[in-house]
Amino acid sequence: MGRFTLLSGTDSSDRTTSAMQTSFTAEQLRDPDIASSNQVLRSCVHCGFCTATCPTFVLLGDELDSPRGRIYLMKDMLESGRPATEEVVTHIDRCLSCLACMTTCPSGVNYMHLVDHARTYIERTYTRAWHDRALRWVLAQVLPNPGLMRLSLVAARLGRPFRDLFGGSHMLVRRLRALLSLAPARLPPAGAHERPNVFPAEGPRRYRVALLAGCAQNVLAPEINAATTRLLNRLGVEVVIAEGARCCGALTHHMGRHEQAMAYARANIAAWSREIDAGGLDAIVINTSGCGTTVKDYGFAFRAEPEPWRGQAERVAAVAKDISEFLLHIGYAPTREPPNLTVAHHAACSLQHGQRVTTQPRDLLKKAGFSVVEPAEPHLCCGSAGTYNILQPDLAAALRARKLANLEAQKPDLIAAGNIGCITQLAGGGIPILHTIELLDWMAGGPRPAALRAGTCGEVDTGIARPR
Amino acid sequence: MIAQPEPKPDVLARREEIIAGLRTIVPGGTIAEPLRLKPYETDGLTAYRQVPLAVVLPETTEQVAAILAFCHANGVRVVPRGAGTSLSGGALPLVDAVLLGMMRLGRILEVNFADRYAVVQAGVTNLSITQAVQGSGFFYAPDPSSQLACMIGGNVAMNSGGAHCLKYGVTANNLLGLKIVTIDGEVIDIGGAHLDAAGYDWLGLLTGSEGQLAVVTEVTVRILRGPEGARAMLAAFRANEVAGACVDAIIGSGIIPVALEFMDRPAIHACEAFAHAGYPLDAEAMLIIEVEGSPAEQDDLLGRIRAICERHDPISLKVSGSVEESMAIWKGRKGAFGAVGRISPDYLCMDGTIPTSRLPEVLGRIGAMSENYGLKVANIFHAGDGNLHPLIMFDANDPDSFHRAENFGADILRLCVEVGGCLTGEHGVGVEKRDLMPAQFAPHELDQQRRIKSAFDPDWLLNPSKVFPLRPPAEPARAA
Repeated sequence: MGRFTLLSGTDSSDRTTSAMQTSFTAEQLRDPDIASSNQVLRSCVHCGFCTATCPTFVLLGDELDSPRGRIYLMKDMLESGRPATEEVVTHIDRCLSCLACMTTCPSGVNYMHLVDHARTYIERTYTRAWHDRALRWVLAQVLPNPGLMRLSLVAARLGRPFRDLFGGSHMLVRRLRALLSLAPARLPPAGAHERPNVFPAEGPRRYRVALLAGCAQNVLAPEINAATTRLLNRLGVEVVIAEGARCCGALTHHMGRHEQAMAYARANIAAWSREIDAGGLDAIVINTSGCGTTVKDYGFAFRAEPEPWRGQAERVAAVAKDISEFLLHIGYAPTREPPNLTVAHHAACSLQHGQRVTTQPRDLLKKAGFSVVEPAEPHLCCGSAGTYNILQPDLAAALRARKLANLEAQKPDLIAAGNIGCITQLAGGGIPILHTIELLDWMAGGPRPAALRAGTCGEVDTGIARPR
Repeated sequence: MIAQPEPKPDVLARREEIIAGLRTIVPGGTIAEPLRLKPYETDGLTAYRQVPLAVVLPETTEQVAAILAFCHANGVRVVPRGAGTSLSGGALPLVDAVLLGMMRLGRILEVNFADRYAVVQAGVTNLSITQAVQGSGFFYAPDPSSQLACMIGGNVAMNSGGAHCLKYGVTANNLLGLKIVTIDGEVIDIGGAHLDAAGYDWLGLLTGSEGQLAVVTEVTVRILRGPEGARAMLAAFRANEVAGACVDAIIGSGIIPVALEFMDRPAIHACEAFAHAGYPLDAEAMLIIEVEGSPAEQDDLLGRIRAICERHDPISLKVSGSVEESMAIWKGRKGAFGAVGRISPDYLCMDGTIPTSRLPEVLGRIGAMSENYGLKVANIFHAGDGNLHPLIMFDANDPDSFHRAENFGADILRLCVEVGGCLTGEHGVGVEKRDLMPAQFAPHELDQQRRIKSAFDPDWLLNPSKVFPLRPPAEPARAA
C-alpha cells in the first residue's frame, strides 16, 4: 500500500461520521454563541436537501451560495477564530436569511441562529469597503427610526427622478438606484400608531393585546396598523401601543449589529413586560412577519442574559403572535358579501419559514370570501429580505421578477402578503398588492383598502352588509 | 480510513496553469481559492473528504466537452458531481482532480406529452421533472429519497431507485436517451425519444457507470401518466421479523403495491418527530404500503393487503384518509436519513439488496449483530425490493465505536451477498463499498469490468478511484 496516500478528514481527527465534525477548543466553547453554533453544526448531516429550496442556489448553481456550502464556510470561519475573509463575507452576504432551508431540513438544523452568529462575527472582525460601511451605517440608523426615515424618504422622493442619472455598474451605484426605486411616490402622514396609545375595544373587552407598531411599516403604510386596530377593536380587542416599544431589532440584527439589535429588543421587552404586569396581555400582535420571527426568538437572544431579562424575554416571546394566528384564535367572520375577487397569497418567508405560519392567512382570506390562489414556487423568497434588496440589488431584482411572474401566472385580481418588506418589493408590478389584514378588515366592515380604490378590480359592490 | 491513488505530481505542479486553462473555458465558473474549495471537499458521505484541485461549473455541453478535452490533453483527473447528495461518496474529489459541477446545466429542454418523454439537462433535479409535467397529469417515476435535491445526471450515474421503483423500476428502466461527453471531449447521443435503440444496449452500459465511462449532459426520460389516485396504509407490528414475514407474504401473493417501505422503532420515532405523520410509536416495526389506481382498484388491493397483514398479528392498521395525510406519511419516510440525525448525529447508512424471501432471517441476523457489536441500528428500507438501508449509529467521539460500526456495516453487506443478494441497492458503489467488491466478484470478474472502463477512458482520468478496489499502479488494467 506504499504508493497510496491514506485519505482522512482535513481536521486532526480521522473519525468517520455522517454528521458534521467540528473542532472547537474547550476555550472557544465557553462562548455561548460558539457553543450554540457548535450544536447547530453538529446536527447537520450534509444531506444537501437544503440546496434545492435555497433561492440563491437556484439562481447561481454554486454550492457556496447554498445553505450547505455556507454552513461549511461558517464552520471554517468560526473554528479558525480568524477575522472573516472576503470569500466568506461574499457568500454570507448573499444569503437572504429567508430560512427556506430550515423548512426543508430533515435534521432540524437551526440555520438561523448559525447565520445570525456569523453575521455578528463578520461585523466584528471584517472591514468592509468605505461605501459599504457608510451605506450600512445609514440604513441601520434610518430604517428603525420613523422620524429619520420619513425625512429620508422625502429626500429620496426628490431624488427619484434623477435615479437614471446614476450610470455605471459600480455596486454603490446599483445599490443607490435600488434604494431610490424602493422609495414610494406618495408618503402618507404620520398615523396614530407612532406614539403610545390605547385603542379601546368596541363593546365588551374580550382581549387586551399590545401591537408592535413597527418602524418602517408605520412610515411606509400606516394603513396596515390602522386596519389591524380597527378590526381587532371591532372583535372586542383592546389594542395597546406600549410606551417605549420601538423597532424589533431585526433590521440591525440581520446586518450583524448585535449590540444595537439587543438594545432595541431590551426596550421592547421592558415596555411589554410593564404592560403584562400592569394590565395583562393576551398576546403581542405582530403584523410584520419579519419582526414576528425576531420577537418570537427573543428568548434565544437573551438566553445568556441575567434575570429578569431572560425570563421576561421568554415571556414576551411566548405571547408573540402573528396577526393571522391571533385572528384565527379569537374567531374571524366577514360581514360583507363575498367580493368576487381572486387573491394570490404571497407567503412571506418570515411567516412560512421563520414562524411556520403557513395555512392561517389563506384560511382567513377564504373565510373572508376571497378565492385564494397560490403561485408556483411558493417557498422562494421575493428578494425583499430586510435590507437585502438594497444591499444585493441584482439578486433581489432576479427574485422579484421570478416571484411576480409566478404570481401573475395565477391571474389574480390582487396580491395579499403579511409583510411590509414583500409588499414594498413587489409593488409596481401591475397587480395591486396589499396586506392581508386590510382585506380582512374590509370584509368585516372596514373601509375599502386604498390600494383598491383607484384600481379596476372589485367592480362588485361590496358595501352591502351581509344579512345577519 | 480509505486509500486513494497517489496524486500526480506533475498535475499538482502545474496547478496554476491548469486553473488558467479552465478559466479560459468557463470564465465565470472556475473556483480555485482554497477557502472556496473547502465546501466542495465532500458530498452526502462526509466520512471522506478531499479538497479538489479546482471546481469548474460549466453551463453548456460545449463547455463540458472543452473542459474534458483540456483535462484529457493535460492528463488531469476529473470527478463529475451533480447535487453532491451521494451516500456512497460517488462525487468525492481527489486532490489532483478537477471537480466538474453540473449544477448549472439546469434547464428542461423539451416536454412531449404525446410521445411521453422529456429532455432535460443533467443538473435538473429529479423532483423538478415531475413538477414540470404534473400539471398535465404526468410524472417521472424513480423517486430517490433525495429527489428534492438530487440531479438527474447523478441518478443516471448511480442508477438510482426510490420507494416507487417496486412498481416502476429504477432509473435504467425509465431512460430513453443520453447525451454524453467522453473524456477526449467527443459529444455522443445515445438512444433518443423512442423505445429501443439499435445495436448494443449502450444506455444499459452507461446507466450506473458512476461517472467512470463518460459525463452525462442531457437525459431523455420517459414520463408516465399518473395514476387515478393512490392511498397509503400504515401497518404496525410487534417485531422486525414479523413485519419482514408480512412483506414476504404480500410480495409472494403476487400483489405489487406501488411502494412497500419498512421502518423499525428508532426510525419510526425519529421520522415522526420530523414529519408528524401519525406513525405508530408503540410499534417495533412499521410498513408503509401504497397502492394506486381507480378507487375500486385501491379498495380491492388494500382489502387483500389488509387480510395478509391481519395474519401477522398487527398492532394497528391505518389507511390514509387524505392527500395531506399521505404527504405527511411520505415526508417522514423521505426525510428519514436526515431525521435519524436527531437521535444520533453519527451514523453509517448502508445500502444492500437481498431476495425478499430472506427478509425475516436477515433482519434477525442484523439484530443479533447489533447486540454483538454493541451498536444501535435503525432499519429504514424499500422492503418490497429487498433493498436494505440499515443505519448504524455510533459515537464519533469514540474511535473504537466507529471501527465497530465500519465492521458491522461490512458484515451486513457480506450477509447480503451470502443470502444471494448484492452489495448495492441504489446508492452505487462509490468509494464507500469499493473495497468490498471482492466479496461480490472474483478477481477476473473485476478485471473484465475494468477493461470496459479502459475502453472508454484508457488513462483512467474519469472518477478513477471509485467502484474498483485500488491496486498497485504497476499492474494497471488496460484493454488488451
